[in-house]
Amino acid sequence: MNIVPIDPTQIRRLILFQSRRANVGHIGSCLCVVEILAALYGQALRETSADDPDRDRFVLSKGHAALALYAVLALKGWISEADLGTFCGDNSRLGVHPESSLPGVDFSTGSLGHGLSFAAGAALGARMQGSPRRAFCLLSDAECNEGSVWEAAAFAAHHRLTQLTTVLDWNGQQAFGRTCDIVDYPNLRERWEAFGWRVTEVDGHAVPALAHALSAPAPPGDESPHIVLARTTFGKGVSYMERGIPIAQTHLPVNSINWHYLPMSAAEYEMAMAELESVG
Amino acid sequence: MRQAFVQGLCELAADDDRIVLLTGDLGFMVLEPFRERFPTRFINVGVAEQNMVGLATGLAEAGLRPYVYSIAPFAALRPFEFIRNGPVLHNLAVRIVGMGMGFEYGHAGPTHYALEDIGALRTLPGLTIVVPADSAQAATAILKTADRPGPVYYSLGKDDRLSVPHLDGHFALGHLDVIRRGADVAIIASGSLSIEAAAAAAALAGQGVAPTLAIVSSYNPDPEDDLAELLSGVRVAVSVEAQTISGGLAAFVSSVIASRGLDCRLWPLAVRDSPDGSSGSQAERWLEYGLDRAAIVAQALQAIGLGQR
Repeated sequence: MNIVPIDPTQIRRLILFQSRRANVGHIGSCLCVVEILAALYGQALRETSADDPDRDRFVLSKGHAALALYAVLALKGWISEADLGTFCGDNSRLGVHPESSLPGVDFSTGSLGHGLSFAAGAALGARMQGSPRRAFCLLSDAECNEGSVWEAAAFAAHHRLTQLTTVLDWNGQQAFGRTCDIVDYPNLRERWEAFGWRVTEVDGHAVPALAHALSAPAPPGDESPHIVLARTTFGKGVSYMERGIPIAQTHLPVNSINWHYLPMSAAEYEMAMAELESVG
Repeated sequence: MRQAFVQGLCELAADDDRIVLLTGDLGFMVLEPFRERFPTRFINVGVAEQNMVGLATGLAEAGLRPYVYSIAPFAALRPFEFIRNGPVLHNLAVRIVGMGMGFEYGHAGPTHYALEDIGALRTLPGLTIVVPADSAQAATAILKTADRPGPVYYSLGKDDRLSVPHLDGHFALGHLDVIRRGADVAIIASGSLSIEAAAAAAALAGQGVAPTLAIVSSYNPDPEDDLAELLSGVRVAVSVEAQTISGGLAAFVSSVIASRGLDCRLWPLAVRDSPDGSSGSQAERWLEYGLDRAAIVAQALQAIGLGQR
């Protein structure tokens, strides 16, 4: 299999360009999963094409980060630049949330709490069919509010779904505020361990560490499903988004969740791209 | 229909190793034959119906043929959004089996009644719905719909002894089964009350009334053309179902009459009231909600102008 690394800066560039062009939000949510997707699609996932039946499956359970996935699929050449240019257009296959009609999208998502069950089914199916293929799922921390996540978590551990790996985007934010202020999930590691999962904590913006965590074999005799708790920064790579500053909309207070929904003005886009180019 | 289901599924699974049976911890004394013959393809997922449908979505995407099983409200209503966003949105061959039609779980109380499953699931055009009228029809339907490429919901009853006279195990997806033809009134029945409707039709015939009796046993595709043709020849119809009135058979028959511009008035029999906290046997519930054979006869007589107002 041919491993082709994916450059996180290129992903960010596409996210910012398309968000600005379509004038839509969810930018902060997309930016914070860039390195996770780069590690998955650049290194961890075993797949030769979007329709290989024995490819590893991936479920973007936090479907509102679909633009980051589209950017990765475009960089892999699975969708075209022209496809990407239809993001949030009329009669497009590239909506705010991903649809499985698009090459490279294994499962449609958008309603939180579905993805881990889909991925557990994919891992169980692989094992029943005697296939070594694996299933990966990207959850958000706020998504753990959904009870169905824990139904799937308990099932996966009970059935020793070693072919299932979950990444949790631990950015501490949700739509209306900080997770710790809404429904706090302290001791996230202990909670997943209590559900019977093997837990690895990594810097969610360090591609090598992520790739290692996603690909390293389990310790001998460990038959637990694996979750990688990836500490991330909401809006990563654009400092005013990381700090929740609404540059153009001066009537809004500084708020860490501003860039969950806000679209960028032209000036904000220029600032964001300039920062990206100066660093990247 | 429980035995018909498990026997049919065993028969299918013997020839098709893609078939997997998931249960939400229900089916004691029903599913054991499958578990014993195909132990590696039987999974009790525990009391977690959302996860069960989500798992089935992942299994079906991999090319397996999952059947998921629970009591109807837990199979259809608890995971409704999972059904919508999983098998239906992805158009995957997941089969959802809801056990217990209408008031069949009578003494178990309102939480166990299946009064909205057909109406709720009919709102999903990509989901085929199969509602057999008796065990023999269920057996046929399970085999005949096994190869449907998209998802299927089976509303099945517990009873394996009763049979609707002259139905003879016939099932044709998207078509009506016309059991009896008469010019005075058309009785359109579905599910567990088909047996009562058949008894009512026989009683009416004994009183000199000529009833038509037809069974609706599937939706999506709806038996719309068959029904329009049938109702074009009668002036009044009575629909009979153990479902709330807003989404199931009465809604379907009404829409056909209205959209086809038919000169036929519908007198629906269905559940119109919210649960009042009481429970009882299925037969008692039918009486309580005015759905038993005597109520069907009275409704038909009123429809044709022979009843008491």
